[in-house]
Formats: sequence, C-alpha cells, structure tokens
Amino acid sequence: MTTAVRTRVVRPHLARDTWHVLVRELKPVLRDPFSLIFSLLQPLVFLGLFGPLLVAQSGGDLAGTLQWFVPGVLVMIVLFGTGATGSNLQYEMMTGSHERTLVAPLSRSSLLVGRALKEIAPIVVQGLAIVAIALPFGYRADAFGLLLGLALLAVFGVGLGALSYALALATKEHEWLFWGVQQSLIFPLLILSGVMLPLDGGPAWMRAVASVNPVRHVVEAMRAQLTGDLGATAVLWGWLAATALAVVGLAVGVRAIRRSS
Amino acid sequence: MHHDTVISSHGLTRRFTVKKQVVEAVTDLSIDVRRGELVAFLGPNGAGKSTSLRMLTTLIPPTSGTATVAGHDILTDPAGVRSRIGYVGQGSSGSFAQRVRDELLSQGAFYGLGRRERTERTDELIASLDLTDVASRSVQQLSGGQKRRLDVALGLVHAPEVLFLDEPSTGLDPQSRANLWEHVLTLRAQHGTTVFLTTHYLEEADRYAERVMVMDSGRVIADDTAAALKADLAGDAITLVLDDETQLPVARSVVERVAAVSAEQPEPRTLAFAAPSGSALLPTLLRELDHHDVRVATATAVPPTLDDVFLALTGRTLREADAPGGTGEDAPAGTAGPATTDTRALEGSTR
Repeated sequence: MTTAVRTRVVRPHLARDTWHVLVRELKPVLRDPFSLIFSLLQPLVFLGLFGPLLVAQSGGDLAGTLQWFVPGVLVMIVLFGTGATGSNLQYEMMTGSHERTLVAPLSRSSLLVGRALKEIAPIVVQGLAIVAIALPFGYRADAFGLLLGLALLAVFGVGLGALSYALALATKEHEWLFWGVQQSLIFPLLILSGVMLPLDGGPAWMRAVASVNPVRHVVEAMRAQLTGDLGATAVLWGWLAATALAVVGLAVGVRAIRRSS
Repeated sequence: MHHDTVISSHGLTRRFTVKKQVVEAVTDLSIDVRRGELVAFLGPNGAGKSTSLRMLTTLIPPTSGTATVAGHDILTDPAGVRSRIGYVGQGSSGSFAQRVRDELLSQGAFYGLGRRERTERTDELIASLDLTDVASRSVQQLSGGQKRRLDVALGLVHAPEVLFLDEPSTGLDPQSRANLWEHVLTLRAQHGTTVFLTTHYLEEADRYAERVMVMDSGRVIADDTAAALKADLAGDAITLVLDDETQLPVARSVVERVAAVSAEQPEPRTLAFAAPSGSALLPTLLRELDHHDVRVATATAVPPTLDDVFLALTGRTLREADAPGGTGEDAPAGTAGPATTDTRALEGSTR
C-alpha cells in the first residue's frame, strides 16, 4: 500500500518551523534521559570536591556555604553544558545532516532558534537535580525563587546556546577552533563571575571587568532569588543581563545561520 | 521549453574565490530535463558535478545564470523549489544522535505533513527501504548501506517530484550499491520520480542512467544516452590477427574501405581500430577479407565503455582525471570523508 502524499508547496514559517526543530532536538533527550544525568558529573565534581574546600576556607558551616555556592553551580551547568552545545551542530555540519535541513523548506532562523530553545530542557532538569542533591546537606531554596531562578537560567541559556551555535557556524569544520575559542572564553567568564570564589577580595581591575560580565550579574541574581530576596536590585540586573545576552545571542546566531550554506 | 520539463537551466555559472584566485567551478550549465528522466552527471572529482547540483537544489546561489526546478525559480523562489525536491547529499542526512524513525518523522514535519500522514509515510518508507530492523536504532549504529538507505528515505518523505542524489553509492560495497539502486529504481517505477544524480562510477552511469551528461572542468561536454555516446564517440574496439604478416597491406585497405577508418598496427600481424557498431560490421568485414584471400586467425570486437567516451572527449581516462593532481588546476570536489569537507570549506569561504 502506498500513501498518497500530496506534493505541496510549503512556505517557511518561523513559529511552526521553530516548533518542529525544537521537537526534533528534544527527541534524543527524551529517548535517552540518562545522558542529561551523566553530563551532571562535572558540576557534581565541583560541588563535592570544591565545596568542602570552600567550607574550610570560609570557616562557615556547610549549609551556609552551600547557600552561597549552589546558585553558582547552577550557572556553571549552563556555562559548561549550553556553552558547548554548538559542537552538536558542528558535528552535524560535518556529517551532512545539517545540509539536509538547509534543503528543507524551513525558515533558516528556525534552525537556530529551535536549537537554542531546546537548551532549556537540560538546564531545568539538571538544575532541579543539583538542588535535590544539595538538599540532604542542608541546602534550602525558596520555592518561588527557584522557579524564577530556573526561568532566568533558561533565558541566559537560550542566549549562550545561540552564541555557541553561532561559533560553530563561524568555525565550520574546524573543530579545534571551536573548542579553542570556547575554552578560552568559558574560564575567564567563570572566574570573573564569582562562582568559585568571592570577587570582593580581588584587585580593583578584576572587579571592574567582572562588573561588565553578564555571567556575574546572573550569578548575583541567582543568589538573591534562591534565598527568596526577589526585590533585590541584583535580581533586576541579572534579568537585564540575561535578556540582553539572549537578544544579542539570537541576533548573532540568526545572522550566522542565514549566511550559512 | 517542453511542457513536461522539470529542470531547465540557462547559463548557470559558479565562481569561487580560493586564496584570492578565482576558480570557475561550473561554466554555462544549460540543460533541460524532462519529467521522469533518470539523468547522471558523470565526471572526475572537481568537474563541477556537485556544485551544479548544489545550485539546482538552492544550497548555493549561482554567480550568474538562471534555473527553474519543479516549476519554481531557484533565485526568486528557493522555498518553492525546496518543498518540491528531495536531496540526498554526499554526507549522511540523518543526525547520528537521532533514531531512524524519529528522523523520518521530523523530516515529514519539516515538509508540512500532518501527524497521521507523516506516521504512515514513515512506516511505509521504513518497510520499503528495508529499515524495519533498525527503525529504533540511532543513526550512529547503522552500517554504511543502512545509512544510505535512510538518506534516500529522508529524501523521499514528501514524495518529491525530483530526487537529487549526490554520489549516492560512494563508499558502499558492491552488494550495498546494487541493493541501493534496486530501491531507487523500484521507487522511481512506482512514482515516476525524476532522478538526477552525480557519479564518478562509470558502471553506475552506464547501467542505470537513461541519460548521461559528461562533465569536465566545469562544463557539460556530452549529453546523450550511454549507448549513443559510446556508439558516436567511441565505437567498438576491433582487433584482427592475421595468419600471414605479408597480407597486412591488403587487409588494411579492406578495413579502410569497409569501416571507413584507418587501422593501427599495435603488434605484428595485428590490426586494431574502433568503429561504431563494430560488432555488426565484423561479419561483413570477414566476408570481404575472405573474398581477398586474407586468412584471419582471430577477430574480436569489444564494446566501448564510458571511459572510452571520456577518453575520446578529453584525451584522458576518468581514472587518470580522478587521480590526485589529475585535473591539474581544479579544486577538489570531494567524494567522501575529508574531501567532502574540503568542498564545503571551499564553498563556504566565498560567502
């Protein structure tokens, strides 16, 4: 039996195509959710091996230190996980499956926006997992603040993901270049965000650079939100930074994919 | 333009700038393909086959020239072209992280098929392309032949009017290649799809294509059925070995009169020449020689291959042209693996 498939002209449609691209990107995640847990290994290492050092260093108690450290670890998930997501696209550019989607009647922008939106799924799942793991050690998060925090991470992640894809498109088949640029950006961004150690004791120039680091503002906002201090100025700055990053990231990413062939 | 023309191009040209040097990958491609035809671009690496296909499938814009594919202009309405054609590139169309069935369903959604329609179509293609056993495996786990069958299935999800295949069987073992072709030919027979492929396998073009366009250095240098190309441009290779060398001059004059070609003498007692439909000529020739009392020890007529055609057209064989450096100035247009990467990098660097 042969299904009669009508030959039709399908016009690109941003919203519909973005949805289809998003659904496609989510399929491997749903098929193999364990892969999400596996990529939690890195933040867990920081939590388990760096956390105790922080406790010893600060002289505070474990619960108090976690209160300060966990929000940063959540941001770290986005930095390391979402920041590397461009490599998936780069791999598909090399194998040929990206080319296949370029021949489909899809809006070019949807190919990028759909992929960037998909990043929200691992961020939320991994964020909740980290919080759940920290609970037995005395960590406590404000419920509404956590919800708002995950939303902030999602906005931040969409922006960072889009930039990672843009980097993949710019470096094309040069895998080493992608990782070279990615790695040399990620660590300064991480250290200058105050995730690992407070920046208050750092030199003035470091604090000056950190003040224009959007990751720094997202971390500060996360700390305020997760303790339930939703009215803090830091929250406003964090949302501004994340939104700005998302707007810039999507703009850069969409431009890159429109020019790709 | 014939009312049944599905592909029509005029003066399609593509130039790339590589290291500040302008390379013309395709020059003045002007072709018409009728609905239902099975056409092959045959030529060595770097001949411009893939670049031509990439222009016709809207992957890269031409530097100049125009083309209409399946009723839509590649320049003014690329989206229209995309929705009506299927494309199987040189690489693997399925994402390695995805499962076979999932990729087909996603592809259906991309081409505007409704939920039920895309499920039915996916099941049908999985069955007809022998992918049932691997439908829930990830693409990464498939063998080369299975990957290629998935690529074809992905290209057919929306029942396109025209299916473009770029080097469809490169890297496959002979059995997988024959198997792939069986599927393509069956599907074509069922749906009357126009199939347009590139290949550098002589046997493939010879055996399957109804029409062969020979490409070299960016130009189509011959365009006909394989049989006509061979008859017109190469002819059968005929070799006669005589009993007695002293009869050679007589034999030569008979050959030149009957076959209207001049014969060479590659070895003592031997005359060799090429003639169109030489097999049919051979009995007449032998009767004539017998009439002149020339005793012939052996007579052979070897049908030509497309390689002979390529040799007659370009002065070199496809194998020579395919060898590294064989095309001289040409940029590498890859077949598989790293070479593919080169082509894309090349094409990308010009944008």
